[in-house]
Amino acid sequence: MTIRRGRGVAAINYPTGMNLGGDPSQALVHSTPTGNFMVTLSSVDLGQGLKQVMAQICAETIGVKTDQVIIDTADTDTGPHCMGTFASRGTHRIGNAVIQAAKEARQVMLEVAAEALEVDAGDLDTDGEGNIHVKGAPQKSISIFDTALMAHFKLGRSISGRGMFLVPRSYPEVETGAMKPSTCYAHACTVAEVDVDDETGEVTVVSVKNVFEIGRALNPKMVEQQLVGGSWMGMSHALYETTEPYYPKRDHAGTDFNEYLMPGPGDIAPTEIVVLERPAADGPYGAKGPGEMCANPQIPALANAIFDAVGVRIDMMPITPERILRALKEQRAAGTH
Amino acid sequence: MAKVPVQFTLNGEEKAEFVDAGATLIKVLRDKLGDTSPKGGCNQGTCGSCSVIIDGELRLSCLTLAETCNGADILTTGGLARDGVLHPLQRAFMDEFAAQCGFCTPGMIMAAKALLDSNPKPTREDVIDALSGNICRCTGYEPIIRAVLTAARSNSQNAA
Repeated sequence: MTIRRGRGVAAINYPTGMNLGGDPSQALVHSTPTGNFMVTLSSVDLGQGLKQVMAQICAETIGVKTDQVIIDTADTDTGPHCMGTFASRGTHRIGNAVIQAAKEARQVMLEVAAEALEVDAGDLDTDGEGNIHVKGAPQKSISIFDTALMAHFKLGRSISGRGMFLVPRSYPEVETGAMKPSTCYAHACTVAEVDVDDETGEVTVVSVKNVFEIGRALNPKMVEQQLVGGSWMGMSHALYETTEPYYPKRDHAGTDFNEYLMPGPGDIAPTEIVVLERPAADGPYGAKGPGEMCANPQIPALANAIFDAVGVRIDMMPITPERILRALKEQRAAGTH
Repeated sequence: MAKVPVQFTLNGEEKAEFVDAGATLIKVLRDKLGDTSPKGGCNQGTCGSCSVIIDGELRLSCLTLAETCNGADILTTGGLARDGVLHPLQRAFMDEFAAQCGFCTPGMIMAAKALLDSNPKPTREDVIDALSGNICRCTGYEPIIRAVLTAARSNSQNAA
């Protein structure tokens, strides 16, 4: 029996969103009478932090603090249309819709403030602290609180905006098959190290080192959270998880958490994360979608590391001890190693 | 079906209920007493999201019959914050970004509390061992392990 160390590398690019028949998301923004801003969406926060990031995007665009923004994702029956939070599209598609809605709301807000201050709306700016002032003359100002009251009670205006982001359907060219399924791509590279026991086929992941290029990290701590969880998930896809271990036969398919194998807290590998930011031209403040992308490069990197360690190519996931042992047996029978 | 009288303490409050014979504790906590902090993930004792502490021991409320809890002292994540102040474990889970969807979090926190109650200065291996009955789909466990170690450190600083 020998424990063999191997190292593998893999790089991927991964689309932000998808394109089946056009990929739309919409958003509505309106101010409350006291100058807080409500963003209405149909987009679900599954725990990835959509509400937080949309509040940041809206606040940045209107020029208020994040805690002055309320995100309502209550109801897909009644809210603005959203394709959903999947395909790593949430931040990019919904974020762009929120920017457009917030820009329109900001314009109305500045028009109301202009009326109050008797200046041109084009000369006004926000200070990010809840006030609107004349550019170059900060003493000539009005609070957003008073601006909203004035809109509601004196001018009868709604400080609101509509946002729409649509990636139009892309048809493949007949001759070449070329198409544009997405507008921007996130990238990643992983180097994985493994120890493979050539008698039992067991793989111990020694380390997983990842570099992720994600456009811009709008909330760096939440991005890190996604990437750490995603890296673990990639390792899990590579080595543990399957609903169909002997597909197409249903034999030994797990039916519950007892039988469905996932790495637990004792099976995790030392993991490193590096974030590179190259803002996407069409991303909301440069952001791309890190969600699904971050769980992909570990899979080929681990397959390559196993090849490096024991010289067998496993082309079925997950790479179980059984598959490694069967491949080693074939390798010995062929006398190639 | 015949009802069974049960009396126990839940997060310091006396509770008395008539429950169905054979009703699980999680069902009584959630449906009768309105404490929805224990989550029913698998309802067969394999995921840990329903974990509660009964008389100082970590237990799975989906496999515990409510009628066996007569006179017991039961703690859930729902009772950890006092007067609006988060428990050090809850604070540490927030600070370390140890929750994403949050479904496993109440069970993780109770497993961690049971550990820290009996072993205030755990090693990383102690933490991994204590959490090994709890499944998380989102975080990759590392932030949760860090949060428990952070809470242990802040506890020992407060005690010192």
